[in-house]
Amino acid sequence: MRSLIFRTAAGYLLPILLLFSVFILLRGHYLPGGGFVGGLIASIAFVLHSIANGIENTKKIFKFHPRILMPMGLCLSLFSGLSPLLVNKPFMTGLWFKEPFPVIGMVGSALFFDIGVYLVVIGVVLTIIFTILESI
Amino acid sequence: MNPLYIVLPVAFQLFTAVVLLFFWNKTNLQRGLSVAASITALALAAWLMAAVLQDGILVMQAGAWEAQFGISFVADAFSSTMVLLTSLAGLAVSIFSTSGIRSARVQLGFYPVFHLLLMGLNGAFLTGDIFNLYVWFEIIIIASFVLITLGGAKDQLEGSVKYVTMNLLASAIFLTAIAILYGLTGSLNMADLSIQVANIENRGLVNITALLFLVGFGIKSAIFPLYFWLPASYHTPPATISAIFGGLLTKVGVYAMIRVFTLIFIPDEFMLNLLIWIGGLSILSGGAGALLQNNIRRVFSYLIICHIGYMIAGLGLYTEVALVGAIFYLIHDIVVKTNLFLISGLIYKIKGSYNMKLLGGIYSSFPLLALMFAISFFSLIGIPPLSGFWAKLFLIEGSLDTGQYMVIAFITLGSFITLFVMAKMWLEIVWKKEGALPDKQSSTAYLAMPYAKRFALVFPIVLLSGALLFIGFGAEFILAVAKQIAAELKDPSAYLGAVLKRGTI
Repeated sequence: MRSLIFRTAAGYLLPILLLFSVFILLRGHYLPGGGFVGGLIASIAFVLHSIANGIENTKKIFKFHPRILMPMGLCLSLFSGLSPLLVNKPFMTGLWFKEPFPVIGMVGSALFFDIGVYLVVIGVVLTIIFTILESI
Repeated sequence: MNPLYIVLPVAFQLFTAVVLLFFWNKTNLQRGLSVAASITALALAAWLMAAVLQDGILVMQAGAWEAQFGISFVADAFSSTMVLLTSLAGLAVSIFSTSGIRSARVQLGFYPVFHLLLMGLNGAFLTGDIFNLYVWFEIIIIASFVLITLGGAKDQLEGSVKYVTMNLLASAIFLTAIAILYGLTGSLNMADLSIQVANIENRGLVNITALLFLVGFGIKSAIFPLYFWLPASYHTPPATISAIFGGLLTKVGVYAMIRVFTLIFIPDEFMLNLLIWIGGLSILSGGAGALLQNNIRRVFSYLIICHIGYMIAGLGLYTEVALVGAIFYLIHDIVVKTNLFLISGLIYKIKGSYNMKLLGGIYSSFPLLALMFAISFFSLIGIPPLSGFWAKLFLIEGSLDTGQYMVIAFITLGSFITLFVMAKMWLEIVWKKEGALPDKQSSTAYLAMPYAKRFALVFPIVLLSGALLFIGFGAEFILAVAKQIAAELKDPSAYLGAVLKRGTI
């Protein structure tokens, strides 16, 4: 798989796919998309990079083991679910900022839940793929 | 207590699991955190229980979507009692695991999965939505798949294949039943279903759906013709894991069955007879299986089936007194079964074998431990005034009221079989002179353990035995709770009113 074309292309595809995954993540509240699909696309970006450049080089992109993304994402999702309790609303109630943010649009607690899912999916997929690639 | 906080027993277990995931390789830290979290969870559950007993049924509508449309979380006396018992068994298992689970297994993620399992159990008890119940069941079985295969010993994998296959089948049947129910009523909220199902004219379809639920929950709770996966798998993982399985996993099926058949499908004559016969045959077949086994964990596995029968028969009698008996039995059974599997783990640590024929000599070397074992063994048989006795008393009273003398025969026969099995076990393990153990060093390995490790093995058994003595001698308090639960189950108007917030029910 060490073809020059593939390696060059993978270098450009990594940022594009990551950007695309963020787009899919943000789009997901009312339209098809969301944290799960976004996370899958982001992990595909890294998998492609690791197939082209070898797993060692992909690991250098991360400063840490991707496994740590799982608890981080779960933490974010859990706290976005629990945050309404602080304002005396039931678990998982959607809380929204009054004004839309530039570029992103309206931001609510559902977005943080989705970002949590996004991180968990990246963590899970990369842990599985890295484990398999390392044992080959 | 603010009703919004009833989700905390669920959320706290998830939080614990997440924190533990951060410390993947630090095994000792994980052990300490797990015990601390389990103590906190027990306090939370006790708080919930106290609040429910004081203020009545607490309801939270998740996401502020009103009932019927959103997912309701309901804490009534039944669910809060189950949450409390789950937390108690969870604490005991968590302490036991600090020296009962090897570091290799902890590094594979035992503790996070264990707390996710407890989260699933708490969620299943607290939810008021039938589809959400299915989701919690899925979380429970996925967590239990991981726990039963963790470490990947050969017999473990063999047991897990049977376990996974049967439980996936049960989930598929459960899901089908929910789909039909949704097609019939257009609702998934259990309180709303309770009203709507009563008004459906096509009773044939309702009864078929009820049977599908019976089969789905029946596989999970290991009732008479559907139990074969249980004795084939529960003896394969480490004793710590069997303890949480034996204590809680089948009971969540029984909980769901009692909940569904008292709230949604009010059983007709045929269904009641079916439940009674299934209960009776579970008692007989489980007992007969237990007679033949020599592996102590397999004996306990068969006894689980035997004693599930008592609760199902109690449900089949369907009077308030019989339901009190079934609930009391459920409370007693969770504690005693968890304790028995922990005891089997301790025996294995001391003697290095699960085989009754090879074991022996506990009384001569550890007389105080033998006393601890006696409490659990005799509670299981139901020797008055220990805990099993009170439950059977009410079951028999219920069957006298309804004239179902068969049930009395089944209960008495089941008790005699249990008595025989436990007496045999007592003779073989405790009184008999030590047999020719394959691995003689393991006996000294237990004595060579540091004091803290031995304490961690013995303390949970003392804790649960204390709980058993409380259930036996403080039966009046447990009985008051069981009576309240049975009254709420027989007359769900308070439950419906709390969930649907309508005055007209």
